[in-house]
Amino acid sequence: MASHQRSPAIKGAKVLMVGAGGIGCELLKTLALSGFEDIHIIDMDTIEVSNLNRQFLFRQSHVGQSKAKVARDAVLRFRPHISITSYHANVKDPDFNVDFFKQFNVVLNGLDNLDARRHVNRLCLASDVPLVESGTTGFLGQVTVHVKGKTECYECQPKPTPKTYPVCTITSTPSKFVHCIVWSKDLLFAKLFGDKNQENDLNVRSSDAASSSQQAEDVFERQNDEGIEEYARRIYDHVFGYNIEDALSNEETWKNRNRPKPLYSRDVFPEEPSQQNGNMDKNCATDDPLSVSAMASLGLKNPQDIWSLLENSRIFLEALKLFFGKREKEIGNLSFDKDDQLAVEFVTAAANIRAASFGIPLHSLFEAKGIAGNIVHAVATTNAVIAGLIVIEAIKVLQSDANNYRMTYCLEHPSRKMLLMPVEPFEPNKSCYVCSELFFMKLVMILMKIWQPIMLQTLRRCYLSFLLQLLVGLCSQLKTFNRSSHAILILSIERNLMRRRSLMACFYLDGRKLLE
Amino acid sequence: MDGEELTEQETALYDRQIRVWGVDAQRRLSKAHILVSGMKGTVVEFCKNIVLAGVGSLTLVDSREVTEEALSANFLIPPDENVYSGKTLAELCCDSLKDFNPMVRVSVEKGDISSFGGDFYGRFDVVVISSCSFATKKLINEKCRKVSKRVAFYTVDCRDSCGEIYVDLQNYTYSKKKLDETDECQLQYPSFEEAVAIPWRALPRKVTKLYLAMRVIERFEEAEGRNPGEISIADLPGVLKLKKELCDAQSFNESHVPDALLERLVSDTSEFPPVCAILGGILGQEVIKAISGKGDPLKNFFFFDAIDGKGIIEDISNPNPGS
Repeated sequence: MASHQRSPAIKGAKVLMVGAGGIGCELLKTLALSGFEDIHIIDMDTIEVSNLNRQFLFRQSHVGQSKAKVARDAVLRFRPHISITSYHANVKDPDFNVDFFKQFNVVLNGLDNLDARRHVNRLCLASDVPLVESGTTGFLGQVTVHVKGKTECYECQPKPTPKTYPVCTITSTPSKFVHCIVWSKDLLFAKLFGDKNQENDLNVRSSDAASSSQQAEDVFERQNDEGIEEYARRIYDHVFGYNIEDALSNEETWKNRNRPKPLYSRDVFPEEPSQQNGNMDKNCATDDPLSVSAMASLGLKNPQDIWSLLENSRIFLEALKLFFGKREKEIGNLSFDKDDQLAVEFVTAAANIRAASFGIPLHSLFEAKGIAGNIVHAVATTNAVIAGLIVIEAIKVLQSDANNYRMTYCLEHPSRKMLLMPVEPFEPNKSCYVCSELFFMKLVMILMKIWQPIMLQTLRRCYLSFLLQLLVGLCSQLKTFNRSSHAILILSIERNLMRRRSLMACFYLDGRKLLE
Repeated sequence: MDGEELTEQETALYDRQIRVWGVDAQRRLSKAHILVSGMKGTVVEFCKNIVLAGVGSLTLVDSREVTEEALSANFLIPPDENVYSGKTLAELCCDSLKDFNPMVRVSVEKGDISSFGGDFYGRFDVVVISSCSFATKKLINEKCRKVSKRVAFYTVDCRDSCGEIYVDLQNYTYSKKKLDETDECQLQYPSFEEAVAIPWRALPRKVTKLYLAMRVIERFEEAEGRNPGEISIADLPGVLKLKKELCDAQSFNESHVPDALLERLVSDTSEFPPVCAILGGILGQEVIKAISGKGDPLKNFFFFDAIDGKGIIEDISNPNPGS
């Protein structure tokens, strides 16, 4: 089978890779070694230090450069005569349209988010190009094959969406550390440093809303003559002290729950005013906003340590002071970024103080950063295994070896002696609204999905009228209706209905008329 | 790297993998010394993985010169005669591997792997050999077992689009965390010689055919005085004859070792790059587990065949009464 490297199916194949990260680097290398000679690769990211433990085509000196471009250059060094075209772009760009996808024999995904995967799935269905999908997390991974009409598409089976928590759990009754992180990141951090005009659930109270919301506005705004230290303590006391006391006043909430403890800075901090002022100087040595760090300032070196309530409180105040002291210009525009050291420190400290208040175990900065930043843990070995499996499936696809297509799962613990478990792909799901050929059923399902909540409120007449218009409009187009445009049409309808655009807009996608 | 804490540089670089196996495991990795022999595609994949993982040192042994076949599945060597001429496989791979992680000491050991004494092997925590004859595998395995501290021993071989990994951790104790409690687990690994000596009739009925086929090929190459991989389709009649002899000697039904599989293994001995990646990845993971003491290690053979796509673990050992 190694003679496949000389196989005409491989030599003449034109392959599109989407993603040049963990899986992408391994995949590009294996494709090149396996005899592929025409590879295109799309990736919008630039290289970061944390990539280097597994994205082996990149070096320290490449940090900041385009992943697609550097990957290409690295592979050409050991396969100088093959063609690799790199695109430093988002696969969702309109340039990567059906015509673009149509030029490829197979598309290979190495993505890390559901949104892009769905997008590529639809383009592949619309252009009738087979797709080999994949994913890894730690020691687990899988490779799946999607060929229109023969197997399920990527969306035939519902995919789990990221977990969200009820608002009241976050604002009033947290029971897990992750609830404290969400509060700290999406509410407190956003309120203090983000867009002031954004709606924020912080301080949502069931009683006495009118007068108290006026008070809330004043609380978070720093007064003109207020010292940074004073302001920081005032915020501390408000969110960890006053807000908790206020929540406690509602007896109902706490009937079956542990009552939180209000925390005030005067109780948490021993008297040490001079030490506090001294700390600011340590950071004056460097004016670089990126290297400003509360941990460095306070001499807390190890991100794996679990800080005490006192240490967390110190970090909280110090971080707040550093934001206002060194990064004032950014306040009002900041959004949480896991690579922003000071933001991570602040969010960790705030989450830990809240956790202490509610009797939830505290976590280290390392752990908190992983939760707040939705960091996916990753190693090189799993990516290498998955890349090998992707190439094996890709070759089967190129040879139209349909009976042998497999979905392969890489397990951490063997199942029936197997660490790598192949399974035959399922047939397409007939009620999949993305790939199913039952067009009107699809249409109805989309409409139901989007309009269901609205249906209950709007007049029935409007809803029926809209539906009628849509169906009439579509029927008139039926004669020249091209079945392979199904997926693109669905994509367009969904997108336009979500944005409440006009009916006619549904028949255009990014300026191009869908039905001739 | 010296001293107990990971440096800031290490923490930043290894962040994503520390989230998988923890800081303690990362520290242990940074102190581990690995010996590797036989720089073909699969081993190159393994070396890439282990260097990225951040081991203390990696020592390479392979004094062969560069050939076209050696280049075919090896992404560490640029196909430029000006660069590779005059250097051995080990030297060329060493130069490239150093680049992947400046914190790992990568070096070359000259000489024949089978000539080194026991004290040489005692310098290492892990030994991985590939492209070795049956006799050499046994010899090195024995030397490793004789060292007073435990030296984890692995072989890996990829022929055509299938491959085999063998693991020997001797007496291995490790702790497994289950919810709130920690279990102490103990595994007893047979030596390579012990494992392959187990009569085929005594093996589980559905044992992977690849195990049996590999043993036939191994014996053939040894009997004919060939280097590993020095075999071709012309040898098929000889191989099939040897297969019959081996099966008859053990009263083992010949049909359990498919002729078609043997034909495949003799026809194309070059490595198929996707299979190199898979075997190199699995082996990398096993070595990391053994060094860190975390995770259930594979016992004791792993097989992969691209034709059916299964990655199977086989326990080829004498069953212990009362285990």
